[in-house]
Amino acid sequence: MNETLNLVIGLSMGLNLVAVGSSRLPMLIRAMSLQGVVLGVIPLLLENAQFDWRVVGVALATMVVKGVVIPSLLRRAMRAANIDREIEPFIGFVPSLLLGAGGTIAAVALALNLPLLPEHAKTLLVPGSLASMLTGFILLIGRSKAISQVCGYLILENGIYLFGMLLIQSTPLLVESGILLDVTVGVFVIGIIVDRIQRAFDSLDTRKLTALRE
Amino acid sequence: MNSILLIIVPLAGAVLAAAWPDNRTRPWFLPVVGGAHLALTFWFFIHPPLVTPETWLGFDPLARAVLPVVSLLFLICAIYGLSYLRIRSERPNRVFVASLLAILGLLSAGHQARQLGLLWISTEAVTLAAVPLLHFNNTPRAYEATWKYLLVGGTGMALSLLGSFCLGYASLSGGGNVGNLTFAGLSAQGPELSRPWVLTAWVLILAGYGTKMGLAPMHTWKPDAYGEAPGIVGAVMAGGVTTVAFTAILRVRSVVAASGEGAIVNRTLLVIGLFSILVAALFLLGTRDFKRMLAYSSVEHMGILIIGAALGGAGLWASLFHVWSNALTKGSLFMSAGNIRRAAGSPSMNDVRGMAAITPRSAALFVTGMFAVTACPPFGPFFSELLVVRAGLAAKHSVAIAIFLTCLLFAFFGMTRVVFGIVDGRPSPTTKEQSKKFVETLGVVAPPLILLGLSVWLGLFTPAILRDAWSAAVNQLFPAP
Repeated sequence: MNETLNLVIGLSMGLNLVAVGSSRLPMLIRAMSLQGVVLGVIPLLLENAQFDWRVVGVALATMVVKGVVIPSLLRRAMRAANIDREIEPFIGFVPSLLLGAGGTIAAVALALNLPLLPEHAKTLLVPGSLASMLTGFILLIGRSKAISQVCGYLILENGIYLFGMLLIQSTPLLVESGILLDVTVGVFVIGIIVDRIQRAFDSLDTRKLTALRE
Repeated sequence: MNSILLIIVPLAGAVLAAAWPDNRTRPWFLPVVGGAHLALTFWFFIHPPLVTPETWLGFDPLARAVLPVVSLLFLICAIYGLSYLRIRSERPNRVFVASLLAILGLLSAGHQARQLGLLWISTEAVTLAAVPLLHFNNTPRAYEATWKYLLVGGTGMALSLLGSFCLGYASLSGGGNVGNLTFAGLSAQGPELSRPWVLTAWVLILAGYGTKMGLAPMHTWKPDAYGEAPGIVGAVMAGGVTTVAFTAILRVRSVVAASGEGAIVNRTLLVIGLFSILVAALFLLGTRDFKRMLAYSSVEHMGILIIGAALGGAGLWASLFHVWSNALTKGSLFMSAGNIRRAAGSPSMNDVRGMAAITPRSAALFVTGMFAVTACPPFGPFFSELLVVRAGLAAKHSVAIAIFLTCLLFAFFGMTRVVFGIVDGRPSPTTKEQSKKFVETLGVVAPPLILLGLSVWLGLFTPAILRDAWSAAVNQLFPAP
């Protein structure tokens, strides 16, 4: 089972690099949502997770929310805003890619030195989680369009979700579904605000949000 | 009676308010639900229900020590809200009223949450429910503030989720009670928790919930959000929403201390608390906007709460006292500042002066509130901050207390500079013209006056039952060895 698990997480780490390297918004959204779907499979792959209908339910809900609901909300916001689909980076694509790749290697190296339980030390769960969080931060800091920043936030969230998989036996499903609900509502709220910012500023460029300062 | 009612009643009120068709009568939901919530809270306060350690949601001593003041502040804000929303009748208030009520319910959930995951879910939900309140004014500046709040707050909440997972992971290596993420269960594991993961969790959770509380350097959303949101929203956020993050930090603190890292915890709390006060004092000396000034003052008071929590049992007792005095005083200030802002049409001391002539009652309340919040006797903050100082000296932190007092003095200079700049002088003709639209009715003057009165009462005649409630909360968080 560990091989399949590592393969899936490796795929999500590859998607991180696609996300930092993509120069157009639809591609970034696609990478982010695909990563969400890939991560949704993981609860089903974990060796000692009891295979009952509730785990399947949460996995399905995660895949639907992260693979369909959230990306369609973002695409709608993008279309409504009718924005230029080029991503304008603060940190260029090549430096971001180098940062992302270096960060992935560092994540693997760091995870080797973390005091993990023996059953988690052989999987890529922790390195994959750290790499996604780092990617999320690169996108949050290094991109100027509001929607790219939202994608960064969601990839960060994917990384935390992956970390949460370490606790799948001890986190009750109620908590998991609560977290999923909060994230969904969060993106919904962000979508509304993105739309209002577009109307108020006639742009989604966060560099224009500079009225408030000391 | 079950204390879950405290969560259900406001949430049901929020749903009803969202479905209510009439914009003019909808604000009445605020005082009605707020009153019911306050009555319930006081019933539970006087008859505290028995909470077993394994309960996920319960009106435990910590909830009992803090939730009543949140409820009280909410009710008075709700009464103010009636008049405020009448003045702002041009804006649809469906989302505003529903969100405020939802926040009350979610705050009750957050204060009563005794399980790590549940605590995160309710505080995150509060963060999201506050979003529509911040852009009620519908201006580009308000959207900019909301965006910054979402981005900073969202990242903060992501960090606290990661921290919660790390704390959960620390419990896996302990053996025994695996899978029990209630605070009682985690504390029971004590030193069995894996040390590196506990410390990682502590740093992440302090950063995450510290963002929500508005501790420096994670406070950057606060001036923007409080500056652009209506005064009533600032009052509810500064007095109510931030306290839920504070109790979250306290609950996690007791777990980390139980694992044997109490000294590290206290030191980090002391440093971040002092840093918050220092940053707040420096910005208070520079700001020219009186609503942003209140935000920096809130950063300062969050720092005071955290410093108190770092000073052991006596300090925590003082902090819980300060939660009450800060909520009541800050609520009053936000309301009187809101009145002045509405009458003057601008929040900056560049445009506004002579408000004592235009809105004499609000200006008087604003000045009195400023003295109260900068800890002049006989108001509540004076007594609670005095206790923090005493706890600090008893714990032999004289350097920290010296820095603390210096920063309070700078904050006092900064605030008097702005407040008297606005109140004194001769109003400009544009301000006079603008202010004709605003009338100082009883509805907008009485609520801040009542809050100030409560602040004096709390300082001079702290009731014995309240002292006992704070002591019980201290005993819960610092169990006798």
